[in-house]
Amino acid sequence: MDMLKGRLPPISQLGPFIALFIACIFFALTTERFFSAENLSLILQQVMVVGVLAIGQTLIILTAGIDLSCGMVMALGSIVMTKFAADLGLPTALAVLCGLGVTVLFGLVNGLLVTMIRLPPFIVTLGTFNVAFAITQLYSQAQTITDVPDAMTWLGNTFAVGGGAVSYGVVLMIVLYLAVWAWLRETGAGRHVYAVGNNPEATRLVGIGTERVLLGVYVLAGLFYGIASLLSVARTGVGDPNAGQTENLDAITAVVLGGTSLFGGRGVILGSLAGAVVVGVLRNGLTLMGVSSVYQVLVTGILVILAVSVDQLSRKSVR
Amino acid sequence: MHRNLSALAAAIAALSFGAGTAFAAGEPVIGLITKTETNPFFVKMKEGAAAEAKAKGAKLLSGAGKADGDNAGQVTAMENMIAAGAKTILITPSDSKAIIPAIKKAQEKGVMVIALDSPTDPADATDALFATDNYKAGVLIGQYAKAALAGKAPKIITLDLFPGHPVGAQRHNGFLQGFGLQSFDAKNNELAKPAEVACMADSFGDRAKAQTAMENCLQRAPDVNLVYTINEPAAAGAYNALKKAGKEKNVVIVSVDGGCEGVANVGKGVIAATSQQYPLKMASMGVAAGVDYAKSGKKVSGYTDTGVTLIAAKALPGVESKDVKTGEQLCWGKK
Repeated sequence: MDMLKGRLPPISQLGPFIALFIACIFFALTTERFFSAENLSLILQQVMVVGVLAIGQTLIILTAGIDLSCGMVMALGSIVMTKFAADLGLPTALAVLCGLGVTVLFGLVNGLLVTMIRLPPFIVTLGTFNVAFAITQLYSQAQTITDVPDAMTWLGNTFAVGGGAVSYGVVLMIVLYLAVWAWLRETGAGRHVYAVGNNPEATRLVGIGTERVLLGVYVLAGLFYGIASLLSVARTGVGDPNAGQTENLDAITAVVLGGTSLFGGRGVILGSLAGAVVVGVLRNGLTLMGVSSVYQVLVTGILVILAVSVDQLSRKSVR
Repeated sequence: MHRNLSALAAAIAALSFGAGTAFAAGEPVIGLITKTETNPFFVKMKEGAAAEAKAKGAKLLSGAGKADGDNAGQVTAMENMIAAGAKTILITPSDSKAIIPAIKKAQEKGVMVIALDSPTDPADATDALFATDNYKAGVLIGQYAKAALAGKAPKIITLDLFPGHPVGAQRHNGFLQGFGLQSFDAKNNELAKPAEVACMADSFGDRAKAQTAMENCLQRAPDVNLVYTINEPAAAGAYNALKKAGKEKNVVIVSVDGGCEGVANVGKGVIAATSQQYPLKMASMGVAAGVDYAKSGKKVSGYTDTGVTLIAAKALPGVESKDVKTGEQLCWGKK
């Protein structure tokens, strides 16, 4: 398998880090407040929800799939957590577990439909996107849940690091990224994820249960969406039924910017983190410059096209 | 036979936008089309319309676009309602321009069309408009903010809707006008930016986006003392950002809407003052006008201001406001 050959990362994998570096230098030179510990830690807090969603999304895209439902599943998870705690009076830990259970269940349903009935992931998750959205609205009656127990927002608390304040949620996000990075790189199961995305036929022929790998990836993604639910509650302090509507595409954007190939089988998970942070840096830096946020959308769009083009071109040169 | 067929057609049409019950002949039929089914503002609008329809013996059909900005969904709903016999259509246009051809077609069939909450562009494309004066809503909170700062030089952050939306511009410019700063008039769709405004950002009326925007603006303008927000979810997001920065005590937040959650936040000191609007009233006035039209053939016309009230926890000299209790009784989340 060619990903095991040659350890030098190709340009498509260095790309997001280069873009991030350039953006940071640019804003550091143009605005005085950008390059402060306080501001940089703020950006990380702003991207932690999309960042963790992007972990699940990366795993699915590595198998040549896609998950359109991730933001909606996250919103449902956060409504379940907050409502179970606020309305049913469940202890925080149990309510959080119930929320995680719901998002994992959605991952399982996505995975079963993809593997058992062999439906395209795009269509399956388009369906579950709508289902999760509707259940969120019906169950919450479109009302924000505000009486959230303090313990549930603990991950939003911060501790001081060199003039800035880092939230526990950001630490969790970084730990999750490192763990998944190591898992994908160092374990057999992790390499199977790449193999399934690269060439499912060949993978099956060498005796790997491709369906078990796929199902596992969707379930695992559901778990990450559940963690993102908790982070979203921690960040905003409420259960918000209108959350998640842009996070679907934001997560996919982070993965694509991060250099993971939409054709599956290629990519590095840490790139997705860089991809999420680039978007946050653009939004923050442009605001500091006093420039309308529409330009962040413009630059993000251009970067997405660049990233996909680099991937496509490097694919051709490999063949 | 003919009657059965048309009843069947009407029932099918009704089913296609979710109003599955048949209706007796002779009842005036009124269609209500909101931007979405889920936004509490529109949910309550629907409740107000349903209550009034029941009281007046009219049949209410309701429909909506799939999301804010879904013009095609609103057009489909309108066509289905007219097929089902609606003689009056009440609509909160998602797209103030794109909806106009469909409205023209409806009017040619003798249907009266009333815009609720937001106008079409141009506004005279509908027979009438029942809506909040959003500019005035802005002026009221601007005046309150001026009194609240009590002579301190303002350093303002505005968390606006998104570029180009008339309601966003009217509230923003009204607020600056009310404060006595350089601003534009109610017809201008551009956002004024006098020197006192240190940072402007788009919140899309969304809590999480407003929090992010506020955090970024606080980096640009750490010594802010006044925050204008397009609506109450945005205000809650702004407060969250201020609280995390330990600055919530010294900053005045003003907003617009008067929803129950928003009024509760006025009571908690999150929002200093909010301009309350009345979606239930818009809807019930619309239904009443529709029943009138069915009975007498007389159409309503022009703009009717459905009123706006300043709700503040602390009354300030020179600014007329109502207290939180009154706000809670009137808030659009309740009857």
